[in-house]
Amino acid sequence: MTAAPHRRGQARLPKPRGPLSERVFAALAEEHDLPEPSILAAAVEDTAAEDRAITLWTLHELCYRGVAEVGDEREWDPAVVGLRRELERDLEDRLRSRWPGRPGYAGGPDGFAEAFFAEVEAFEGPSVSRFVHTDASADQVLELLQLRSIYHLKESDPVAWAVPRLPGAARAALMELQYDEYGGGRPERLHAQLFADGLAAVGLDPTEGAYIDQAPLPVLEQNNAVSLFGLNRRLRGAALGHLAAFEATSSGPSRRMAQGMERLGLAEEMRHYYEEHVEADAVHEQLAVRTICAGLLSAEPELEDDVWFGAHTCLDLESRLAAYLLDRWGAS
Amino acid sequence: MGGDAISPDVIVCPGGPLLLRGDHVVQDEDGAEHLTRRPVSAVCRCGRSSTKPWCDGTHKAIPEKLRP
Repeated sequence: MTAAPHRRGQARLPKPRGPLSERVFAALAEEHDLPEPSILAAAVEDTAAEDRAITLWTLHELCYRGVAEVGDEREWDPAVVGLRRELERDLEDRLRSRWPGRPGYAGGPDGFAEAFFAEVEAFEGPSVSRFVHTDASADQVLELLQLRSIYHLKESDPVAWAVPRLPGAARAALMELQYDEYGGGRPERLHAQLFADGLAAVGLDPTEGAYIDQAPLPVLEQNNAVSLFGLNRRLRGAALGHLAAFEATSSGPSRRMAQGMERLGLAEEMRHYYEEHVEADAVHEQLAVRTICAGLLSAEPELEDDVWFGAHTCLDLESRLAAYLLDRWGAS
Repeated sequence: MGGDAISPDVIVCPGGPLLLRGDHVVQDEDGAEHLTRRPVSAVCRCGRSSTKPWCDGTHKAIPEKLRP
């Protein structure tokens, strides 16, 4: 097996964060087979959450645009897929254990939208955007942008995997939203590209995964969760619930981010990314809740719990990241 | 959303904006015309948006009873 030549924009192998990632990354880079499944399973069980998370992030990356040092065929290497499933199971168990269950309402697609917006509004958690709006320093905002880049440089990609797995109305509705996310056919308006342009304008590296070694556990979990939901058909409800919660908590925070950056005199291109999301996500939140999720529930009502599980996971993981950052910055 | 029904081009969101599917010219209160530029656009109904005539999510900051 020959590793693919490095393509522009491709991520590089992260630094290992423990014995599991050390063995797996070495095997991937040196074109060796992964260790036996039983040895890997024991390694997954014994090692720290961060080691598991960086390993899973890297295996997921093979399904997106690939990792520079790793051969393209490793994406479907049965040993890689086996380890990925083991790590995904572990992550899903953790995420489900944090979910308090769906809120009390009549259920079904009719009352769904109002219940959903009410639930998002009632969710209490610390907010990074409020701090950026009024208090953050330029260095703190740059640190935040580095961490956000892991997610925004593949914005909309994880949920794109759900498209062919949805019933008709939800499939059409998701494509309508994705068409806007992907720039309506114009690569320069692709939201991931707007973010890359913003990064370059503020002097940061727009290469995919450039800041993965700085990413703390909450960032890795945020990214791994959306890949988990997107790559597993059975979790399509969670993928759409996550999307809806993400969109429903984007307009206001994006405005605060843009105003905070203006206060600090940060480059216009980066502000533009957030300004675009004030208006875009005021539309997208309505679509995600009313046509996408409600459309799914009309056809597949049995997925209702998973929609709420995905939504909670989005809000909970963002709240964990906010708590981590505000604590680190002495702002909690 | 039944499978046989034609999906609507205009959707009124309770307490929120009006969704417009497709290309339209929207005239605001001052008579200025704005061309939609997305597959679906959200037109402000609460009157408080800072990006009028488009919705910017501000309706959420208004007490529920006072929302459109």
